[in-house]
Amino acid sequence: MKLALDRKKIALCRKIAVKISEDVREMIDAHGTVATERSVLRLMGVDGAKLNPKINQYYPLANVVVDQIEAVGALPRGVSYWMANACLQTGKAPAEIAEAMSNGELHMGKLAQAKPVEIEKKAKALAKEGLKRLVLKRNERNKLIKSLKDPQDKTFRKPPVKYVIVASGNIFEDVVQARSAAQAGADVIAVIRSTAQSLLDYMPHGATTEGFGGTYATQENFKIMRKALDEESLKLGRYVRLTNYSSGLCMPEIATVAAQERLDFLLCDSLYGILFRDINMKRTLIDQHFSRLVCALSEIYINTGEDNYLTTADAVENGHQVLASQFINERFAIQANMKEEYMGLGHAMEMNPFHTDVILLEIARAQMTRDIFPKAPLKYMPPTRHMEGDIFFSHTYDAIFNLVSVMTNQGVHLLGMPTEAIHTPLLGDRFMALKSCNYIFNGAEHLGEELIFKKNGKIEKWSQKVLDDSVKLLKYIDKVGIFTAIEKKVFAEVSRKLDGGKGYKGVFVRDKNYLNPFLDMLERRQY
Amino acid sequence: MSEDKLVTKFLPYGAPNHPSVKMVDLKNLRPYGDAMNDGRGQVSFTLPVNPSPEAEEAAREIMRKMGFADIKVVAMERPSEGFSFFVCYGAMSHSVDFTKIHVLKVETEFKDFYTINETIKKEIGRKIIIAGATTGFDAHTVGIDAIFNMKGYKGDYGLERYSGFDARNLGAQVLNEELLDYAVKNNVDAILVSQIVDEKDCHIDNLKALMQLAEKKGMRDRFIFICGGPRLNHPLAVECGLDAGFGPGTLPSHVASYVLDEFLRRKNAQKKPLKKGS
Repeated sequence: MKLALDRKKIALCRKIAVKISEDVREMIDAHGTVATERSVLRLMGVDGAKLNPKINQYYPLANVVVDQIEAVGALPRGVSYWMANACLQTGKAPAEIAEAMSNGELHMGKLAQAKPVEIEKKAKALAKEGLKRLVLKRNERNKLIKSLKDPQDKTFRKPPVKYVIVASGNIFEDVVQARSAAQAGADVIAVIRSTAQSLLDYMPHGATTEGFGGTYATQENFKIMRKALDEESLKLGRYVRLTNYSSGLCMPEIATVAAQERLDFLLCDSLYGILFRDINMKRTLIDQHFSRLVCALSEIYINTGEDNYLTTADAVENGHQVLASQFINERFAIQANMKEEYMGLGHAMEMNPFHTDVILLEIARAQMTRDIFPKAPLKYMPPTRHMEGDIFFSHTYDAIFNLVSVMTNQGVHLLGMPTEAIHTPLLGDRFMALKSCNYIFNGAEHLGEELIFKKNGKIEKWSQKVLDDSVKLLKYIDKVGIFTAIEKKVFAEVSRKLDGGKGYKGVFVRDKNYLNPFLDMLERRQY
Repeated sequence: MSEDKLVTKFLPYGAPNHPSVKMVDLKNLRPYGDAMNDGRGQVSFTLPVNPSPEAEEAAREIMRKMGFADIKVVAMERPSEGFSFFVCYGAMSHSVDFTKIHVLKVETEFKDFYTINETIKKEIGRKIIIAGATTGFDAHTVGIDAIFNMKGYKGDYGLERYSGFDARNLGAQVLNEELLDYAVKNNVDAILVSQIVDEKDCHIDNLKALMQLAEKKGMRDRFIFICGGPRLNHPLAVECGLDAGFGPGTLPSHVASYVLDEFLRRKNAQKKPLKKGS
């Protein structure tokens, strides 16, 4: 089933999105951030941490190094430059140098400097090695998937993959629940992280057993969970994917570490941090670019966060905000070398359930998104906004969500939980949700192929209106520029300023001799 | 009203007067399943053992210990290795004395949008300033937005729409210290805190910390303190030291009605100088 949508209007939206992204690209290419520099260090193998008594937390060596370089105002040259020089001067590896710096045994600024050509050569060698490690990890994943049944169907003729969250707040407890969910039919496990993490300007370290609403995204936690899911995948004969969040102030570092630990999906939106976490615009846009370059190499599926718009702005009236943002997110992903097959553009079933014909409108929104982004593994999010405590109603509401999702061939289906708005899911809640979803996905697997929409009916008209409104909105964004447009609340009724928000201090203007071979090689796909 | 005059037994709504119809008994209130006072209801839970006759018996035993009789284990499913999921029905043997139940409630008569604006205009003559925020690490704004945003919630206009309020939504992850500083600088009348995340009771700790800070700074009575969230209610709010608390399903006009009433109460009691320092 396909909607009669004006192909010319869709092409126009893409054309405008290209124009909108141009200013941003120019800004990205002139700046760096502390987080992208720390990612570079992590790619060089700097992954340790030191207990910092001031915060009573492990503070990563990547931060120690960047802090020291930043303190002497040398960051605009690029951490690659300083680290490559230190390697040449000391004959040590980056991880050892970082260790020595954290002990106060070495200061990069005090070292003699090799010739720039030599430094560049060394930096390139480090980059080649660092990216090679990611390629190996990627190949390892692809090999494992090939040896198993892959529930992900690139043509979307099979039902969407079933995505559930685990959020016990303890990584070891999360493992128990993730394995249980996989056995009950889940294809993707998202480990929810602590609500405080997005605003931390460093990555917590080690295995963690606490947090609010989830536990921390750490390299060790990634490793523990991926290992458990590998074991479970082999047992089930079906590859189970792992998700985390490349968002917040450490967005590119999380992408880097996720790539190193072979994660499969990352929530990675170009605007989410700006709108919903009040992170500075420049910081977010630069960081998302680097993060997605890493995802492109590692073949990590990204999930964008447009579903969130519908939890603040009215979902019946603001379909166009989502669609316009999806065109922009798509464009930024293309800029970062991503293929459409890996763009899990996000949206949600968040309309008021008591609106007349609401199910028709939800089908319209889901089908419209499918038709406009035919290759994208669309990430479809369940109702949350209108969920209350009545689990019996919620379960029914989610069942309709399951049906809309399978009949419109969504790519990634985040299962609604009957206990949404009450607590993070209990093991039994997740089981109930999966059982319902298994029934509906199986029972309606080919429903979409059997139906056609009534010409000029309610469903077609609504989707055409949303497309028309999106053209208008994109034209407006192009006219004023995306920075001003965000200030004027075009998305989610939130206003942000270009020089406001968190993490702005961590943005720097690149020196004309800025050195970052990691970035260059990622941009040129030299891996 | 003295207790002996209180009607504690009556026929259920619409019941024909027939000897077979049992009375509602407020002194011994029990759940209604399929007949008056049968006590029937359902419970579901998971046990960390595989399904087996022993597991089913264990589920029944748990129900028994909860005070159920006539127990039926209607479903025993296996979510995954090492777990069984149960749905059980039974008749609760306990009853409660409804006449002895006392709940602390927000004492306000709910008014509509127009009445509230009109009253503020007539009796106060200026806008009431309300500052709202989700505090601490909590990053969820869905609650505060439902109450503040112009459009409101379930067809009930948000505080920003009221001509009688100057409503300022400060967003998420605002620290208690920042919130109080803001309130002082902006001569705020009422502070509205939203808390969604409740892991390890952090919402309660957060609210208590806010009130301790206000107390320390001598600002406890300077503002009307209100909180809201899915795991909050009025008694809990009062226990944490706030003036009022609102749970799920609260509409913006409920909050507006309370703020207006409390503002007028304080004004009339002249408990504290509410006049703005111009």
